[in-house]
Amino acid sequence: MNDMADDIGLLNRPAHELAALIRSGEISAVAVTEASLARIEALNPTVKAFLTVTPDLALEAAKATDDALARGEELGPLAGVPIAIKDNLCVDGVLCTCASKILDGYRAVYDATVVERVKAVGMPIVGKTNLDEFAMGSSTENSAFFVTHNPWDLSKVPGGSSGGSAAAVAARMAPLALGSDTGGSIRQPASFCGITGLKTTYGRVSRYGLVGYGSSLDQVGALAADCVDAALLTAVIAGQDPRDTTSADVPVPDYVGELTGDVTGLRVGIVRELMGEGIDPEVRESVLTVARALEGMGASTGEASIPHIDYALPVYYLIGPAEASSNLARFDGMRYGHRTKERAADHIEMYSRTRAEGFGPEVKRRIMTGTYALSAGYYDAYYLKAQKVRTLLRLDVEAALGQFDVLLSPTTPLTAFGIGELVNDPIAMYMADICTFAANLAGVPGLSVPCGFTKAGLPIGAQFTGRAFEEGTILRVGDAYQRATSHHTSLPGLLGAGG
Amino acid sequence: MIPVSVTRDDVAHVARLARLAMSEQELDQMHGYFEAILEHFAKLAAVDTEGVEPTSHPLARANVTREDCVTEPMDRTKLLANAPLADGECFLVPQIMEDE
Repeated sequence: MNDMADDIGLLNRPAHELAALIRSGEISAVAVTEASLARIEALNPTVKAFLTVTPDLALEAAKATDDALARGEELGPLAGVPIAIKDNLCVDGVLCTCASKILDGYRAVYDATVVERVKAVGMPIVGKTNLDEFAMGSSTENSAFFVTHNPWDLSKVPGGSSGGSAAAVAARMAPLALGSDTGGSIRQPASFCGITGLKTTYGRVSRYGLVGYGSSLDQVGALAADCVDAALLTAVIAGQDPRDTTSADVPVPDYVGELTGDVTGLRVGIVRELMGEGIDPEVRESVLTVARALEGMGASTGEASIPHIDYALPVYYLIGPAEASSNLARFDGMRYGHRTKERAADHIEMYSRTRAEGFGPEVKRRIMTGTYALSAGYYDAYYLKAQKVRTLLRLDVEAALGQFDVLLSPTTPLTAFGIGELVNDPIAMYMADICTFAANLAGVPGLSVPCGFTKAGLPIGAQFTGRAFEEGTILRVGDAYQRATSHHTSLPGLLGAGG
Repeated sequence: MIPVSVTRDDVAHVARLARLAMSEQELDQMHGYFEAILEHFAKLAAVDTEGVEPTSHPLARANVTREDCVTEPMDRTKLLANAPLADGECFLVPQIMEDE
């Protein structure tokens, strides 16, 4: 596939169209995968979305899909569609660094359940994407290896922590990607990069093989060109897994079947607290156009309230780091990963040097605050208090979702900021996620869809939050909105005239 | 009661608990960060949580069990391949005690 113009046209299609072309035999899965790999080769040196590219693994899977089709086997709805995987998810035999020096050179020894599932439906894995180290950050600048650039404006961050996955899909280097979301890490980069991202209900998707950050908050989810693609990928990865006892025993509905385009009578609550101070006026206006569009389609809108949302940031930065300090205790340099070369007087010194050399500044900050919040004398004041306020926040969200079918808000208070702009002010960086924390703390699903552009040409995202296990409803609203608008089909200028 | 300040010694103590070696400069920076983030944590003191149950987990699941069955262990060679130091059968760690 040397005809670049042809490749670009092909990959600008959403995943469901590519899959249909593959099933009908119009194009082979190998050709689509080669196009994706060629696009990565052309654009990754500029965008830097991938930490590892896996052409052999991808082409082997693509060939298997083509062979299955040739044998007359029925292919699944995403068979042959290339996918990028965030580098905190294990792919057997492939490097899994979590963008950390402490895991530099580490090769996963098994497949994450979500990886096993995308492989089983014939999706070629084209590579592992960059992230903030251990998924801690909002800009992908906390990667120990390099910064990922926003395809819409290379001087801007792609968001984070799933910034590599979001940038890969925005530049159509891969039609789909998997990310993880602990406090907004799928939705916030999806918003910054002008794509669709879904954080599922806690327990909807297995976390087996996801390197843990905040285990009561983490969920794996889809980054996609549109809601149809997000629904298709969610259907692949969702469902109970005996290897993750927190995965829920709840049947997986037909998400694509729920995309009826009909939102008549649907009650949409606009979250008052997320439409005021601190929200960029351009973002607010853009989100209001979403409300008006849905009204035009027969939905009703009203004002919703999450009174405790002001406390979401302190609650999140106590609970997330507390869980992280426990999860990251396993990195001790004994059985895998980095080990200090310094001669240590005892094992404690060896652990301490290994960890000091292996972890970056933000990861250390979170391990430290988490350790502090859990330490003797502070547990009740910090960790227990945060868990109680988490209850109040969860009850707020549940009450709002009793009054409304979905909640609407901006995904982020601001659009993509400049690379280097907030990197020396970690707490200002935390504010980038103030609209997304609540869904993780309450355990409910959240979806970000593109809803316009700033005057400067940066994408704006609208967030729909739904009831637990009602991903189908927020996907239906997002899809209905996308049927009526074209923001999600806009492509970055980077893709050139051929785009 | 939520503490509103933390000393540099407190931070050094937490670094020891967290098994993180820190230079004097790093301790200074971490101390500055603690003071800033504690201001945000202190806001929680204003919330009345009398009688509120803590949420440790969004799912109300308890005592998830499975059949106790025999499965294949992971391949030793594959696992040892990631080790900083191994002898083909065991993980090797540096000596931490003096020879007798």
